[in-house]
Amino acid sequence: MKHHFLQIENLKKSYPGPDKDSELVIFENANFTIDKGEFVCVIGHSGCGKSTILNILAGLDEASDGIVIMDGKEISGPSLERGVVFQNYSLLPWRTALQNVTFGVQARWPEWSKDKVQEHSLRFLELVGLKGAEDRKPSQLSGGMRQRVSIARAFATQPQLLLMDEPFGALDALTRGVIQEELIKIWEESKQTVFMITHDVDEAILLADRILLMTNGPKARIAESVKVSIPRPRKRTEIIHHQDYYKIRNHLVDFLVDRSKQDITVLNPKDASPKIIDLAS
Amino acid sequence: MLKSLKVKSALLSIIFLVILLGIWEGANQAPTDTKPLTEYEMLMGGASQEARVPPPSEVIELGFKELSDPFYDAGPNDKGIGIQLGYSIYRVMVGFLLAAAIAIPIGFLIGMSPLMYNALNPFIQVLRPISPLAWMPLALFIIKDSEISAIFVIFICSIWPMLINTAFGVANVRKDWINVARTHQLSPLQTAMQVILPAAAPTILTGMRISIGIAWLVIVAAEMLVGGTGIGYYVWNEWNNLDLASVIFSIFMIGVIGMLLDMMLAYAARWVTYQE
Repeated sequence: MKHHFLQIENLKKSYPGPDKDSELVIFENANFTIDKGEFVCVIGHSGCGKSTILNILAGLDEASDGIVIMDGKEISGPSLERGVVFQNYSLLPWRTALQNVTFGVQARWPEWSKDKVQEHSLRFLELVGLKGAEDRKPSQLSGGMRQRVSIARAFATQPQLLLMDEPFGALDALTRGVIQEELIKIWEESKQTVFMITHDVDEAILLADRILLMTNGPKARIAESVKVSIPRPRKRTEIIHHQDYYKIRNHLVDFLVDRSKQDITVLNPKDASPKIIDLAS
Repeated sequence: MLKSLKVKSALLSIIFLVILLGIWEGANQAPTDTKPLTEYEMLMGGASQEARVPPPSEVIELGFKELSDPFYDAGPNDKGIGIQLGYSIYRVMVGFLLAAAIAIPIGFLIGMSPLMYNALNPFIQVLRPISPLAWMPLALFIIKDSEISAIFVIFICSIWPMLINTAFGVANVRKDWINVARTHQLSPLQTAMQVILPAAAPTILTGMRISIGIAWLVIVAAEMLVGGTGIGYYVWNEWNNLDLASVIFSIFMIGVIGMLLDMMLAYAARWVTYQE
C-alpha cells in the first residue's frame, strides 16, 4: 500500500439525537488521502460538514469515529505542524499586523532571537503585499488586508499541513482575485501541503491539484475526487482558455446542482474511498 | 464644528456655575439689621452668627486659605486638608490594590473554569450585596485596629466589581482567539498572558474603575466611624465644630479627588482598549 502524507480513514462525526439511541450523523465514512505538496480543495453545500472535517484535522474538534494519520502518526489535539487560516481571519485586534505574524513565529520557534523573529515575519508580510502596513492594527485594515495577515501568519510558521476554512468567503470578487494570485505565489514558493474549503468552483479549479466533492448532509460523504488537469503556473485569465477548464467546471457544477442531493455515491466498496475522476483530454 | 461645540459647552458650563453660585450667594447673605443690636448680640459678634449656610464667597476664601497650606499639622485635631485627603487616599489605595491582587487571579479562575464558577457563585451572590460598613464591627473585633479595619472595609467593597468583571471578561473572550492560541500550541499560562489577559483587559479595567469609585464613596463613611484621621473624619469633625464652610469645602475636595481617581483609571483603560 502506498504511503500517503495524510490519511483520513473512516472519519465520522455525529451528535446525540433527540432520542436516547438515535444519533445525528453529520458525515461518515470519510476516506481520503493527501500527498506531500498537494493542494486539495473541498466543495460541498453548507451543512455537509466540511468545516467539521477541517476542525478535526486542526485538532480543534474531535471525530466520533475514524482516525487521521499525518506523516505516519495519528494526530491528537492541535499542533503547530497544522496551521489554520480561519474564515473570519481571527487576528488579535490589540496586536499590529506584524505582531500578529510574530505571534505565530514566536510560538513556532521560541528559541529565536527577537531580530530573527521580526525579520522572518516581515518577509512573509512582504510576500502577501503588506509592506508598509505592518504597524497598523487589524481595525485599520480592510477585509482583504486582514486575510493577508492571517495567511502570512499561517505560512510564516511553515506548518507541514495548512488548513484553510473558506479563506476568501467574506471578500468581494476583485479582492478575492488578487489574493488568490498572491496565495498561488506564496504556495509555489513554499510548496506547502494545503487543505482548503471553498464554495467557489472557479477558485477551486484555479488553486487545487485535486477537488473533493461532498454530498449534502446529514450523513454526508466524500463522493468524488476530481483531478484538475490544468498545468501550472495558472493564471485566472488564462486557465479559462484551457481545453479541460469547462469540462471540469461543468462536472463540478453538475455535481453540486444535481448529484449532491441524492446518495448515488459510487463508493469503492472495499475501502469506501471517493471515486476518482480524471477529465484530462 | 467640533471645536465650536467644545467652546460652546464650556461657556455654558461657566454660565451655569455663575448662576448657581449667584443664587447661593444671594440666598445666604447675613441678615441686615433693622433695629439696633442688643447687648447680647453685640457680645456674640453681631447678627452674622445666626445659623445659615455659608455663602460661596466664604467657602472660596476658606478654600484658598486651606490650599495655600494643605499639609500643616497642628496636633491631632487640626491638620491640613492635604494630610486628611492623603490618609484617605492611602487607605483607599492599599485596600484597592489588595483587592485587585486577589480579585483578578480569582476572577481569572472563575472565568476559565465553569466548575469553579458554579462552586463560588453562591458565595459571591450572598457576600456582594452586603454593605461594606456592616463588616466594620466584625473587622474591629477581629483585627483590633481601627486603621486596618478601615482598609479591610475598602478591600471588601472593592473586591466584587473587579472579581465579577474579570470573570465576565475572561469567560467571554472570543472563541476564535482561544482557537488561535490552541493551534499555536500555547501553554495554558501563555494563553492566559498573551491572549486572554489582553482580550479581557478592557473589561477588567472597567471593573477596577467601578471598584475605586465605590471605595472612595465608602472611605468617607468608614472614616466617620473609625475617626482619627482622613477626610471622612475631617468632615464629621468640622460638623461638630459647626464650621460649615469647612464641611462644604471638604465635600468639594472629596468630589475632586474622586474625579481624579476615576480619570486615572480611565486613562489606564485607554492603553488596553482595542478596536475590533
